[in-house]
Amino acid sequence: MQTNDLVSAIRAKALWIRRRSFQMVYEAQQGHPGGDFSAADILATLYFGVLRFDPTRPNDPARDRFVMSKGHCTGAFYSVLAAAGYFPEAELSTYMLPLSRLNGHPNRNYLPGVETNTGPLGHGLPVATGIAIAGQIDGADFRTFVLTGDGELQEGSNWEAALTAAHRKLENLTLIIDRNRLQQGARTEETASLDPLDDKWRAFGWHVEIVDGHDHARLLDILSVSPKGRGKPLCVIANTFKGKGVSFMHDNVAWHHGVPNKEQYEQAMAELV
Amino acid sequence: MSAAVPTPSGYFDCRDSFANVIETLAEADPRIVTVVSDSVGSSKLTGFRKKFPERMVNVGIAEQVLVAVGAGLANGGKVPFVSAASCFLTGRALEQVKADVAYSNVNVKLIGQSSGVAYGELGPTHHSIEDMAWLRPLSNLTVIVPSDPWETAEAVRFAARHEGPVFIRVSRMPVPALERKNPVFTVGKAEVLREGGDIAIIANGVMVHRALAAAAALAGEGIEARVVNMSSINPLDEEAILAAAKTGAVVTAEEHSVRGGLGGAVAEVLATHRPVPMSILGFPGFVPTGSAEWLLEHFGLTPAGIAEAARRTLARKAQ
Repeated sequence: MQTNDLVSAIRAKALWIRRRSFQMVYEAQQGHPGGDFSAADILATLYFGVLRFDPTRPNDPARDRFVMSKGHCTGAFYSVLAAAGYFPEAELSTYMLPLSRLNGHPNRNYLPGVETNTGPLGHGLPVATGIAIAGQIDGADFRTFVLTGDGELQEGSNWEAALTAAHRKLENLTLIIDRNRLQQGARTEETASLDPLDDKWRAFGWHVEIVDGHDHARLLDILSVSPKGRGKPLCVIANTFKGKGVSFMHDNVAWHHGVPNKEQYEQAMAELV
Repeated sequence: MSAAVPTPSGYFDCRDSFANVIETLAEADPRIVTVVSDSVGSSKLTGFRKKFPERMVNVGIAEQVLVAVGAGLANGGKVPFVSAASCFLTGRALEQVKADVAYSNVNVKLIGQSSGVAYGELGPTHHSIEDMAWLRPLSNLTVIVPSDPWETAEAVRFAARHEGPVFIRVSRMPVPALERKNPVFTVGKAEVLREGGDIAIIANGVMVHRALAAAAALAGEGIEARVVNMSSINPLDEEAILAAAKTGAVVTAEEHSVRGGLGGAVAEVLATHRPVPMSILGFPGFVPTGSAEWLLEHFGLTPAGIAEAARRTLARKAQ
């Protein structure tokens, strides 16, 4: 596929993820739509432009791994997994229903395509570090990607992993930070400030790229570069907006786990075109 | 760490069994790796490191990433043995044990070293007398408390061939090799080491040989005590507990808090199905300063203490 066509396809998938995940949240009257929307472009780029995977062989040892550390954003995550072919799209309508495979937080034992069970924050990067070490020991070709929120970087476990990954020069590991600057209750910088975030990762020994997290072409460029020879793990700080794509949700902390009423749902769907 | 206590003749440090078996298994199975948190020496893994330097991952003093890296290595097809002092492995990294290992149900082997009060004078920060209470409710996680070098070796072999998460509690307190007529290690099956119809003593770990000594002393008074080695905490051999209760009285003995460990597990079964007079021997909570042996003595976790508890419990049976 030509790059322009690929970027157009990714853009279309991202829009679909936003619409489908918002429908899930509306129907379930539960979820984390603000974070779904900040992550939608990153997820679409990964699954439709970067990751090597075969949804019919979810345990293929050679697959690229993606770890969804911000496990509360299952609206977007389940949507992208369904779009990628891991399970039927119709199943998305069971989101959070009793006995559904689509729990509020992902469970690898229920769903193919989930690498590790997340939900408590600060778990994804440490596990992804272990996956990358396995690949390093074997000299394997697969890459490991992990998407964290920014607020969750307040969990110390991430910094334990940051030390380990840099110490072992895990160039096969890529961390993407969904830097929407909002956590559950307030702005990150008003809560426990993270800036200068890029300097922190560089000081820990990581290679850092800063990108507009809604720019599919730029995300594709940065994430597609072969890591071979870099000698460092890669940290992509993706500057995003919570609620991106819907005017009344944009950069609005109330939509961390806000759920729409009928009117809001219809307005959002009218905007997401 | 605490001063090295020489191992008395005929006694063994079960960490050596772990180290020997893991080195042998690793020769045959290239998937086996070890993961440590600056805990190479205390895990007796210097030999492993020498033989397989590229198959040891040392994350430094960082227990959360220690356990999580184990989960990640399992995802990458490895069979990781994650080894660290039990107090930190369980207490510090409990959420990783819960979410990354047990709930994710991945093929990680957790080796809780120097458990119980083995660190003696170093105090309750370094004791691990809460670990069973923390781990026992975790689904999917097999939990084994071996009693001697043979059982430790068997538990490690089981862990290597079992697909799924396993926790093995390894003591550094010297224990004798127990005499077994027909040694068969089966997870989820308790082992009756001595028959007896008056009372049952259910023990695990370093308390098993003490329970046997207590039973021998009781026999001299005409009291026949059955001794059950309940090394498998998850899954629990409820049948063996109910069979033990047929004696009409039960004493449990463990190197753990009296709350939430082996005694708690046995009490849950008995209270539900067959209440009998019961005593739970263990530590009441944080313990004062003292060597490991002194602490066991002080809290009655000795042959004499177990025998005395058995007599008291028997008296309640008669009422």
